[in-house]
Amino acid sequence: MALHYGEEHLGVTDVFGEDVGPPLGGVFTATQGLKTAWNSPLDERGILGTAMGIAYAGGKPVCEIQFCDYAFNSIDLMKVAGNQRWCSAGAFAMPIVVMTPNGAGIRGSIYHSHSFESWASRLAGWKVVMPSNPLDAYGLMLAAIQDPNPVLVLLPKALMRVKGDQPIPGEPADSDDLGRMIDAPIGDRTDWRPNWPAVEEYIVPIGKAARVREGHSATVLTWGRLVPLCAKAADELAREFGHTYDVIDLRSIFPYDWDLISRSIEKTGRLLIANEDTEVTNFGEHLLRRAIDEHFYDLLVKPRTLMGKHLPGIGMNQVYEDNSVPQYPDVKAAMRDITAEPA
Amino acid sequence: MADSNDPDDTPADRGGRLGTAGFIPAVVRSGRDAMSTEVALTVFRQMVRTRALEERGIKMSKSGEAYFWIGGPGEEAVNVCLGLQVNKGAGPAYDYLHLHYRNAGILLGMGMPMLDHVRQLAMTATDRHSMGRNFVGHYAMPEWNVVPVTSVIEVQMVMAPGTALMQKRHGGEGISIAVSGDAGTAEGDFESCLLWSSRPGNELPVLTVVTNNGYGISVTHDSQHAVKHIARRADPYGIRHETIDGNDPVVVWNAVARAMRYVRTQRKPFVLEAMVSRLHGHSSSSGAQRNWQEADCLALFEQKLIDGGVIDADQVAALREEAKAEADDAAVTVAGEPRPTPLDVPLGTYAPSAVDAVYPKDYTGLPQRRR
Repeated sequence: MALHYGEEHLGVTDVFGEDVGPPLGGVFTATQGLKTAWNSPLDERGILGTAMGIAYAGGKPVCEIQFCDYAFNSIDLMKVAGNQRWCSAGAFAMPIVVMTPNGAGIRGSIYHSHSFESWASRLAGWKVVMPSNPLDAYGLMLAAIQDPNPVLVLLPKALMRVKGDQPIPGEPADSDDLGRMIDAPIGDRTDWRPNWPAVEEYIVPIGKAARVREGHSATVLTWGRLVPLCAKAADELAREFGHTYDVIDLRSIFPYDWDLISRSIEKTGRLLIANEDTEVTNFGEHLLRRAIDEHFYDLLVKPRTLMGKHLPGIGMNQVYEDNSVPQYPDVKAAMRDITAEPA
Repeated sequence: MADSNDPDDTPADRGGRLGTAGFIPAVVRSGRDAMSTEVALTVFRQMVRTRALEERGIKMSKSGEAYFWIGGPGEEAVNVCLGLQVNKGAGPAYDYLHLHYRNAGILLGMGMPMLDHVRQLAMTATDRHSMGRNFVGHYAMPEWNVVPVTSVIEVQMVMAPGTALMQKRHGGEGISIAVSGDAGTAEGDFESCLLWSSRPGNELPVLTVVTNNGYGISVTHDSQHAVKHIARRADPYGIRHETIDGNDPVVVWNAVARAMRYVRTQRKPFVLEAMVSRLHGHSSSSGAQRNWQEADCLALFEQKLIDGGVIDADQVAALREEAKAEADDAAVTVAGEPRPTPLDVPLGTYAPSAVDAVYPKDYTGLPQRRR
């Protein structure tokens, strides 16, 4: 629906990538019925380069890398896209949006379970966002489209089919009604056209985190798939132990909302950073470094991280995923531990 | 569209024309190709200017006035003939240029002053292409659709289909010109360009120009490429192509004109491979010494014009002096110009954004607490 709003109201000229256009409309069916959607060759470098060319010539492209696992062969092009403005002394803008599913949680095995945010955080000149619910996905996508810089929208795979608590402005209350309006039928879709609801503009500013739970016992800084897990753990730990947590959904990897993070650490004196990317040179380590640099004397206990293991991949058998990236029991235990340690 | 093939349409800043005494032929010929004398003299003058600029750049890299030189001595015929026929302007109605780093002749042919090249070479704050940030020859000129040149080999090839797509939608005769060397075509991005510009029913107006100088830094073309002529790699895609002698401006001028006419009117891709020389090695990193074993397109054209009675030795000498003086003046000018300051370092990272809570105007260092 964000892309529909984008092509109707925000000047999106092209939504494209592998299987993005009809008949499939995306492997997660998120681009069905869009009037500017088209299928590209199975060539990630071509997708990114073509998006750059479209942007040079005045278009507003939203392109998709089908899974972030396949973005690695394009990382130098991403670097180039991020530096075009700086390299040209401000003469050229690069208003492209790249969206790609991110992370684990769908039993995607080795090549459909990667996380990309730590890699992406090193791409200077880009903005990188990762929503954890449908409303934020809508609002961040509209922001990404409106921003005249390259923006990478990382969509947690495990959350792409999860219904949110808050509706998108203009979204029908009944999800079945919505499905009948915008989901393409099974089988022949030649004559099918979507009946779009009258969705409205809703922007989540880039660089603004969300405090999804408010508390005083510890700060839990997280993003993507782990956000609902941290929120759930905060609710349970409040009931079970009376601990309350500031659970912060970062939403923007870069630029990040240091204002909210810093004030929360100052308030609680305890910091847990939780995400599912692999643990060696994880983006959370950058935030940990800043927390130590700027809040060393505010911290009551050692700050800590909960991250994915430094492994070549996530195996197909569920035992691999359960023991590679943080699961709910890991999240809850880590949150319990940081409040249990005496100051 | 202006007819850029018409020498009468050539603006004065593209070089003007020479006057000669006595009888001069109407055309200069090479085999079946012919070029009007007026165009030949314009091309020759721009080739002389390009060579003078490159030679000045090499000297600057050795004297310490510059830090690094890379360029295209030996490719002047291709670059100048291409630059003079570009339909220059901003936006999809005009040609887009996806260049690499040996294309000074294209930009001089289009009318860029030498000074704009030398400023980048000297890394000055006045460098209009990159504010002293990029290597020489890494141009960026939005008013002429010259998108930023990168040192990353062949990435320009995957951007060209994007601009061409917008040009095809826009209508008119604007084309996307992607230029690379021969070694770069080993990258998959070359094939990506062929694939994306030839999708059935969605063919795109991309003119791919490969200047084949026979080397990738120290590695010979023949030791790595089984395909004798790179242009033939267009065959499986059904893309028209031609391989030409890039040291003969008469041949090049006509081949570029034919290729451009096809791409402009048919809205389909074309691959033009020009066999050229590499007269000063890869870059200053390999010494940039003159290689006297290879054919010199400028010397050959000079002799052809003298033999044909188009120009005489005195006029050639005058042209050289004029070009050398222009390059020298540019070098003197930049010596006194400001260099970037520490405050310039982050400038231009981000475009202003109404939806960014942290960087609404530009990058300002790591995110901070609001006051």
